[in-house]
Amino acid sequence: METVKVRMSNKTTYITGSVKTVLKNNIRQYAMLIALFTAMFVFQIATEGVFLKPMNVTNLILQNSYVLILAIGMTLCILTGGNIDLSVGSVCAFIGGLLGTLIINMKVGVWPAILIALLAGVVIGMWQGFWIAYVRIPAFIVTLSGMLIFRGLTNTLLEGLTLAPFPKSFGMLSSGYIPDFFNGKNINITALLVGIIASAIYVFLEIQKRSERKKYGMYTIPLPLFIAQLVFVVAAINVFFFYLAIYKGIPIILAIIAVLLIGYSILTMKTVPGRYIYAMGGNEKAAKLSGINTNKVLFLTYVNMSVLAAIAGIVFTARSDAASPVAGVNFELDAIAACFVGGASAYGGVGTVIGAVIGALFMGVLNNGMFILGVGSDWQMTIKGLVLLTAVAFDVVSKNRAKA
Amino acid sequence: MGYILEMCNITKTFPGVKALDNVNFKVASGEIHALVGENGAGKSTLMNVLSGVYPHGTYRGKIIFENKECVFRNIKDSENTGIAIIHQELALEPYMTIGENIFLCNERSKMGFINWNETHRMAAELLERVGLKENTHSLIKDISVGKQQLVEIAKALAKKAKLLILDEPTAVLNETESENLLNLMLQLKKDGITLILISHKLNEVLKVADSITILRDGATIETMKKDDTVTEDRIIKGMVGRQLVNRYPKRTPKIGEVCFEVRNWNVDDPLVEGRRIIKNVNLKLHKGEIVGLAGLMGSGRTELAMSIFGKSYGKNISGQIFKDGKEIKIQNVRQAIDNGLAYVTEDRKTAGLVLIQDIKNNIGHANLTRLVKRWIIDENKEINVAEEFQKKLNIKASSVFQKTGELSGGNQQKVVLSKWIFTEPDILILDEPTRGIDVGAKYEIYCIINQLADEGKSILVISSEMPEILGICDRIYIMNEGRIVGEQYRDEASQESIMKCIMQSNRGEYGGDGKSKNVQ
Repeated sequence: METVKVRMSNKTTYITGSVKTVLKNNIRQYAMLIALFTAMFVFQIATEGVFLKPMNVTNLILQNSYVLILAIGMTLCILTGGNIDLSVGSVCAFIGGLLGTLIINMKVGVWPAILIALLAGVVIGMWQGFWIAYVRIPAFIVTLSGMLIFRGLTNTLLEGLTLAPFPKSFGMLSSGYIPDFFNGKNINITALLVGIIASAIYVFLEIQKRSERKKYGMYTIPLPLFIAQLVFVVAAINVFFFYLAIYKGIPIILAIIAVLLIGYSILTMKTVPGRYIYAMGGNEKAAKLSGINTNKVLFLTYVNMSVLAAIAGIVFTARSDAASPVAGVNFELDAIAACFVGGASAYGGVGTVIGAVIGALFMGVLNNGMFILGVGSDWQMTIKGLVLLTAVAFDVVSKNRAKA
Repeated sequence: MGYILEMCNITKTFPGVKALDNVNFKVASGEIHALVGENGAGKSTLMNVLSGVYPHGTYRGKIIFENKECVFRNIKDSENTGIAIIHQELALEPYMTIGENIFLCNERSKMGFINWNETHRMAAELLERVGLKENTHSLIKDISVGKQQLVEIAKALAKKAKLLILDEPTAVLNETESENLLNLMLQLKKDGITLILISHKLNEVLKVADSITILRDGATIETMKKDDTVTEDRIIKGMVGRQLVNRYPKRTPKIGEVCFEVRNWNVDDPLVEGRRIIKNVNLKLHKGEIVGLAGLMGSGRTELAMSIFGKSYGKNISGQIFKDGKEIKIQNVRQAIDNGLAYVTEDRKTAGLVLIQDIKNNIGHANLTRLVKRWIIDENKEINVAEEFQKKLNIKASSVFQKTGELSGGNQQKVVLSKWIFTEPDILILDEPTRGIDVGAKYEIYCIINQLADEGKSILVISSEMPEILGICDRIYIMNEGRIVGEQYRDEASQESIMKCIMQSNRGEYGGDGKSKNVQ
């Protein structure tokens, strides 16, 4: 809202204002997206075109799939009041160990095993949620303990060994692609079509949103800028799907992530439970006095987080085709960093699922680009740490400036 | 006798409210000077200006201490000059020892190392001076509030305070402890320390004070020397005597039958084991009636309201609630709302609104299910509802998309009211509905309250501003120390009669069974 305030006072400067002021006033909204595309552009040049090779684009998604899934759940945790979940990496590993034991050792079918893994996620979430929401032990401590517990249990389950390989049908989950229904040669027509449909939906929703905002007298960005935004995003979507199309098509994982992203965006923005989460994070006392059962909200948020961690665990295990006791180390930190880079507030009540996904992609792009460039993992870590700090500092400073 | 402290023409404004208006306050050295006034008269604000809580530059006027003009940038500055303030809420570290607390921020140290022997030796000396027999190694959390108060005084003495300000020091003390504290004050006076006493308990004021200054509506009314002509009635008159000119909208009450009743309500402090906060309270609300709940701060009004509203406060809650003659059980806020109750908090910023969210979101919070269409929140409906309230309650905002944190106090309060009216309640409990709101907005809030009553709703108004209670309520319950100590109808009630009722119960002049003789 700070932005709106600024805008209201700048209404006159707007009309006559230069492109520079327009950009200045909208920079926060687009800062992360601009940073993402800038990073991609820089890597594209630095790697002499390797970075945006169709194969690498697909890889980028697959490599970061589990962080994307975790970041979605982590956003909800952070929204409830800056709570984080440190156990997700260990839970991923534990789910991997469970799958390995079930599928490889006990010869359980793939689908029953996945179902059991998801149920295990629910149980883990209930365990941690109980301590956090009803006993009110800080989430930080409960999930730190969970981080140790589930790492330990993974080792017990796997007896310290790596289980591999999984049957082919399980691996398809992460390495499979949605088949081309139109049998295109050299190019996957389904993927192209999905890109076109997705951009049509995007344009439709944006125009609708703009007209609604106009109807209610809210601020809307100037028309030229709006059109530029549409053209840019539509181009980005179609280029992306074109790249997928000329490689192998749409990875199944991408479809899973898309479903989660859309589902959780609707949940957080458009439904009552979503409102409850934001209200609780914005002011728990007021939420309670409004009749919101904040304990239940907190509990369910953590159940949800563990279920998503289970999904991430399934995806990761399928991708690495092995259940390893050291899987998932530092996943929690990647997910948490993604949320904050994506604009979530460390105090809760502010942040979006899409923001976290963009944040995760940004971190993923950095990883991947630096890897191609041959930057050592030591420097990768340092740079990622600095990026996290810069992103949050940018947010905090611009907020303070808006207040002053 | 010269003045140790002169505060000249102090004016302090908060957004929308003038808290202090040209206040002059002079304290002679070596006296006990009492500062009295109603809640919100500006006593605390004045003391906060003096102690540097509101730094120099945020107010207008001059502070002269020992003939030197002072510029306090923070509390540390005023302490270094020799001014110490002991707030109602004690500022001690519960998990530190008495000795550590006394010398906190004032450590006995040599080259950066704390000399613990010296600390505890000096602490013991100070304890003796304030008459506290307690080991300096005891933890603060293990000693009673009365003793903690003495530790606070010892701490002030350790800083070589020349002027000691005590804000409602006996509010949480029992009879003997109060007595001891007053004697200690007289002792300190003999030792040459000047004291300012802020208190609602006029009998105590009359007992120890040499001069009395009365504040009302942020202005000094008078300063009097204590002599035989000064009585409690005389002080009360000064505290409350203001003209009421159309500050309250007219209304002809249409009072129906009993709608809501609370019987034998008891509540314990959730933090202190065995301490009863609400004692055997009975109250009734009729349809279309506005009932006031008067009382001083700390009398338990908010605690009573919140314990009724879905047990939001307290533990070991016992008693019965009836609505329309039928007993209802309310275990949580949701059930309270579903039973037609609404509670507008006294603290809209920390408990009433989600300040980082916009008006429309806040209005929906207590009744979101009403906005849902097939699992999804109908945003158009939400906006329409919010705009309707914006028009009806005259909420001044750029649009319903404005964040509530950017609104003025009056408009924030209207948003909170909208939120609760949207739940379509039968009984509204309004806790300090006009606190921190300017006069114009207050009038509007009163109009809204009247309209709700005219719609047949029962309304309970908690307010520390007595003129407000007298101006809008049909009937008034008077509460003190967790009890209902009186009940008065509009035509028989006056500020004096209410104040008297409270003062009498302070002196224990009510029946020993917890019921006042004023209760019909």
